[in-house]
Amino acid sequence: MAVYKRTYHRYEGRLTPEWSRFLVLTRYSWEEMNRIRFLNMFLLGTMIWPLVCAVTIYLRYNLSALELIGINASDLIAIDSKFFLTYLGVQCMFAFFLNSFIGPGLVSPDLANNALPLYLSRPFSRTEYVLGRMSIILILLSLMTWIPGLLLFLLQGYLEGWAWFTGNLRLAFALLAGSLIWIALLGLMSLAVSAWVKWKPIAGGLLFGIFFVAAGFGEAINAVLRTKWGHLINVSHLVGTVWLSLFEEPMRRGSGAVFFRVFPGEEIPVWMCWLALFGMCLFCLWLLGKKIRGVEIVR
Amino acid sequence: MSAATNKPIIELEDLVVQIGNRVILKKLNGSLSGRSIGLLGPNGAGKSTLLNTLLGFHRPASGTARIFGFDIRTHAKQVRSLLGYMPENDSFIANMSGIRFVRLMAELAGLPREEATERAHEAFFYVGLGEVRYRNIGTYSLGMKQMTKLAQALVHGPRLLLLDEPTNGLDPPARRRMLRLIQEIRDRGEVHILISSHLLRDVEECCDEVLILKDGNIAASCNLEEERRSNRHFLELETKGAGDDFVYRLQELGCQAAWAGNSRVKLVLPKRVGVREIYQVASECGVQIRRLNHKRDSLEDIFLKAMEAVIPAPPEKAEVTHGRI
Repeated sequence: MAVYKRTYHRYEGRLTPEWSRFLVLTRYSWEEMNRIRFLNMFLLGTMIWPLVCAVTIYLRYNLSALELIGINASDLIAIDSKFFLTYLGVQCMFAFFLNSFIGPGLVSPDLANNALPLYLSRPFSRTEYVLGRMSIILILLSLMTWIPGLLLFLLQGYLEGWAWFTGNLRLAFALLAGSLIWIALLGLMSLAVSAWVKWKPIAGGLLFGIFFVAAGFGEAINAVLRTKWGHLINVSHLVGTVWLSLFEEPMRRGSGAVFFRVFPGEEIPVWMCWLALFGMCLFCLWLLGKKIRGVEIVR
Repeated sequence: MSAATNKPIIELEDLVVQIGNRVILKKLNGSLSGRSIGLLGPNGAGKSTLLNTLLGFHRPASGTARIFGFDIRTHAKQVRSLLGYMPENDSFIANMSGIRFVRLMAELAGLPREEATERAHEAFFYVGLGEVRYRNIGTYSLGMKQMTKLAQALVHGPRLLLLDEPTNGLDPPARRRMLRLIQEIRDRGEVHILISSHLLRDVEECCDEVLILKDGNIAASCNLEEERRSNRHFLELETKGAGDDFVYRLQELGCQAAWAGNSRVKLVLPKRVGVREIYQVASECGVQIRRLNHKRDSLEDIFLKAMEAVIPAPPEKAEVTHGRI
């Protein structure tokens, strides 16, 4: 029967598993983002650095190629924890920019258009909503950070041999854990900002503010009070400290990568950094819980 | 409570809902089983709060409600899988075509992708928006947006449809279309409908049972279908010279009669008694019948009476007030 001739009838067919329904939101967000050409170009652009790293690893083990281009193998940088830490720093910086572009537009349109009652009047919980929205960040940022990172690790393990691979598994774990901490923090922060600031450009600006203005403010506290505890509000410092501990990288002058550098004498205890990051994530969840509701409660 | 033989659709059991320090719903008790139920009340009566509570947006402070036997406190997901909700205000997702929006809603309700697409197309044709389904929702008129909200509420085939002010902001032709659709859905008998509205005519046209709220209490509850059926035996007389003897003679005929000492006498006639006998009694008692009206209380009368005084909910489940003279 032609679709326009049909009348209302109840649906009696099979249903999708409940656990998988949050992925519907992820798929729709992915389809929406695929239409934005700039985003696709940016995502492709972020693959350049992993490619450079892959070529560096490859060249180290290909003496004939090195001879051909006239480079001494000892001139190339060592493939060690510093190499992977630098890789992670660059990619996570790109991840931050991408997140600032997509994150603010994930929740705010639903709030501005009063769409939440429609989502939540279905067998679909607030947690699933947040998970669905956050998954798109998780997927995109994973594609930029730990997935190519682990591929680089596998390439290095393949070329260097089994002994190196088993002896450096902590690097793979550090790549994975370091990326996930950053992704979780970025995702929760951007969703929380998006939920509270309905105007997308302002929300994007606020995200930058949280990272850069707070870092500057932290530095000001340190300078005025002659302390180092101002770094507790400097997210990149906290993440940088955690990464250094994960990669077991010794403290040098300006250890870490890009804007995650930690300087000697300014370290704060690693457990405190973990606690601060955990507290930030909890605060973001609390902010989300206040806004992601079927109805806005005006007391 | 309507037909006692029907299974209840919604049961309220000492339901108290508190928002902040304000108690919005005050120990509601009742059982609704109509095919189409109207939720009436002035602004601030608690209609939307009741709907939102049934949807699980507000947690009851005490008591509970059950929909098709599922407790809203303990089986929120099961309850919501049986519901289709059309909110009062503009609710949609920006930058999305109508069909994509309705398909998304179907998929979130658990329909697989292909079925969701098919049902979304069906729902759009059903509400009369088949031709515009690929347009962005932002470009729709208010009437189209209302119809789209109805389509998304229907798309997954719910058992109970919650419509919050469905005719809000519609022009007369659009309003007629919406009411016709609701009546059609009701008459197909596959889905129950709960309509929250402050428009008595809409409720009167679409509903067979009414729950009236005032200040968070149930002010009245009545079965309009039974009211309509009993209209045939209801008479309101405008008289001159009516007295105790006239009323007594009518009661002797088997009529239920109510007389407040003025010129109006209200009667419920037994089946065997016709209007002719009433005129005969009036003639014998020397009473002039100046007007004779067959119409019983309209929904407006019921509503106005309910607004005059709140009937406190009895400890047992609330009884409907139909059958009053």
